[in-house]
Amino acid sequence: MKTKIFPIFLIFTFSIIFFVFYKGLQNTNVYTPAIKSEIEIPNFDTEEFFSKDKINSDQIFIGSDYYLLNIWASWCIPCKEEHKYLVDLSKKENIKIIGQNYKDNFDNAKNFLINLDNPYDLIFLDNDGTIAIEWGAYGVPETFLIQNNKIIKKIIGPLNEKLLFEIKELTQ
Amino acid sequence: MSSLIGYYSLIFGVGVSILVIFFSIKNFNDTQKLDTKVISLVFLQLLFVIISFSGLILSFVNSDFSNETVFNHSHTTKPLFYKIAGTWGNHEGSLLLWLLVLTLFIFVFLLRSKNQPKQYKILTLLFQQIIIVGFFIFLIQTSNPFNHVFPVPKEGLGLNPILQDPALAIHPPILYLGYVGTSIIFSSALAAVCSNNITKMWASHIKKWVLVSWIFLTLGILLGSIWAYYELGWGGFWFWDPVENVSLMPWFALTTLLHCVLVLEKKLILTSWVVVLSIATFTLSMCGTFLVRSGILNSVHTFANDPERGLYILIFLFILIFLSFLIFLIFHKSENNNSKTFYLLSKETSILVNNWFMMYFLSVVLIGTIYPIFLEVISSQKISVGPPFFNKLILPFLIPFMLAMAIGPKLKWIKSDIEDKIYLILFFVVSLILSVLIIRNLDINFLYNTILITAAFYLFFITLRDFFQRKYRNLSQITAHFSFSILILSILFNNIFSSEVITNLKINETYQAQSLKINFESIEQENKQNFKAIRGKFIVEDQSGLIEVMQPELRIYNQPNIVTSEADIKTNIFTDKFMTMNYVQNQDYFNIRYQVKPFMIWIWISTILLCFSGCLSLVRKKYEN
Repeated sequence: MKTKIFPIFLIFTFSIIFFVFYKGLQNTNVYTPAIKSEIEIPNFDTEEFFSKDKINSDQIFIGSDYYLLNIWASWCIPCKEEHKYLVDLSKKENIKIIGQNYKDNFDNAKNFLINLDNPYDLIFLDNDGTIAIEWGAYGVPETFLIQNNKIIKKIIGPLNEKLLFEIKELTQ
Repeated sequence: MSSLIGYYSLIFGVGVSILVIFFSIKNFNDTQKLDTKVISLVFLQLLFVIISFSGLILSFVNSDFSNETVFNHSHTTKPLFYKIAGTWGNHEGSLLLWLLVLTLFIFVFLLRSKNQPKQYKILTLLFQQIIIVGFFIFLIQTSNPFNHVFPVPKEGLGLNPILQDPALAIHPPILYLGYVGTSIIFSSALAAVCSNNITKMWASHIKKWVLVSWIFLTLGILLGSIWAYYELGWGGFWFWDPVENVSLMPWFALTTLLHCVLVLEKKLILTSWVVVLSIATFTLSMCGTFLVRSGILNSVHTFANDPERGLYILIFLFILIFLSFLIFLIFHKSENNNSKTFYLLSKETSILVNNWFMMYFLSVVLIGTIYPIFLEVISSQKISVGPPFFNKLILPFLIPFMLAMAIGPKLKWIKSDIEDKIYLILFFVVSLILSVLIIRNLDINFLYNTILITAAFYLFFITLRDFFQRKYRNLSQITAHFSFSILILSILFNNIFSSEVITNLKINETYQAQSLKINFESIEQENKQNFKAIRGKFIVEDQSGLIEVMQPELRIYNQPNIVTSEADIKTNIFTDKFMTMNYVQNQDYFNIRYQVKPFMIWIWISTILLCFSGCLSLVRKKYEN
């Protein structure tokens, strides 16, 4: 009896292994992280850049089709480079550009805007960098395209011609 | 041209296989001696495979991009050494290498086994031919290394830069000698079962093959590990990656088999163990090939995700498994002489203890490797099984394992008593005190680590004493167990005493910690044949004021365009200092990783010593009591 059970058991086991390997072959093994599109924007309290009035993020992102959140600082050299693209975008009607002034000195930041033009519809302060963390930003500059309170595109690093075109396409 | 010759040689090789099978079957019952025709045919087959392989090497050397394999894996600016190594740095070429080793081994086997019974030899040849034909078809059907590209491209795509490393260039051939060597053991064990030839003589004859495979497999794993340490740049030598695991599993099986064969050679017991392990070793090697090549697991060794290939190996693998188990169940007669009872204190028992421990380690690694596949198929959950799993399940069991390893070899056959009890106890106390002194001031689990290190020290001292005493004149066994104890000790100390600093530095900046100062002095560029090197210069000053200049490198390869990080490693007999640097995107900073890893070199030395002990056993005429 024992001798019969053993082979049957073996065959059964190996058949299962075969089946599992066979099925496993058809699965793709390339791991693709879930695309983090359509993330809700964070909620935070902050101060307006010029007036230092307290505002909540709900009051900022209301009323327009698209928002472009740009995290910038006057000490950040790539921010200077990308500034002209923001100025370009500020001419577009259906998009509001929001600046997040990151760990900056007020006078320097103001001079920055006087020298290079101010493309922002609104600027708020992020003096200790905590709001940038809320956004999941890695550094400056970083830009988020927002539609209906959701982030539809995230750009790490400065903007360029190609990205500018892409943003224009997305906000058609 | 060379591709064409290579391709037709392959076709001829299959033809010769059929002839070999035909003549061996004819020869099976007629004459007393093995027909020389058969041996000549096997040689012819080997010759065809050699021609084919040389053809592929030649295509690589000449950068003949009309060959698809060459086009995909080579580039004109690659140094000659890596052009040649590129031959087996890809799926097709490595399978051709596999085939080469298969045919080479069966030829050597026939030459070296003159005194064995004829029918046994023919059966071995037949089983081996089944495997060879299987691989021929696999090669020609699904992974032909000689596919033509038209129009002929001007330039190849290049070899993955992380594979351009001396250790890795010789790693595949050496490892294959180990893997494929197990095919001879497999065929020979099946043949021995069929022809009822499991004798002491067979054991001493197959022992040589077991040893040869074992030595090459050990060396191959070592080389892979060295490569990972020097090239992958995160300072470890073993990651419990599926690919490493699939090489470790045959190693466990082979090591167990080695011990069993040694017993069989003396006592004609454990025959079932020997046969099953012979089958298992080769099956595990094949299973490894399947897991890595089919793309069912993701790793550096997955050259291409082609389900057709995976399916072929899978079916082939299971045919071999079912065939071998069928033969085992039908032909195998387990030894009936139960008069030889196993006494608790005897060499037989200690070998059995070794077997069961090895089987346990093997199962842990097996489950850890294939369980994620099972889970994904059955419940479509993705999990990853990492080092914590293996460390928790394997390390504690090393304690009794090493104690048994120290005492086991001292026992005699059938029934014995432990001699020198005083010494055994004395050494244990010494090891215990030593470990307590080492572990006492450290911030780790005291009891667990102390016992673990005690066991390792114990094995170390006992084997060291045996070595000087020469009372048990089995030098290879003592060396093997001794080097294993050094291996475990150095791995443990390496784990416990390693320290690491990760920081971002700009040029001219200094990182300062309590016991360490790293100064980023300068950076220089250099253009090499197929890459651009960016070399940082760091001055590392430690507590005692010892200054070391470290120069890690970033290599930007031109084809394919990949950046690799070359660690700078300063080695001495006590400790390794290891530094890598990496770009931080869009910033002037470099990410610096500095590690101090004690006893690193001893991991390599002890493994080489382990291989050496295998060689010792190979050249010694007889296994002594």
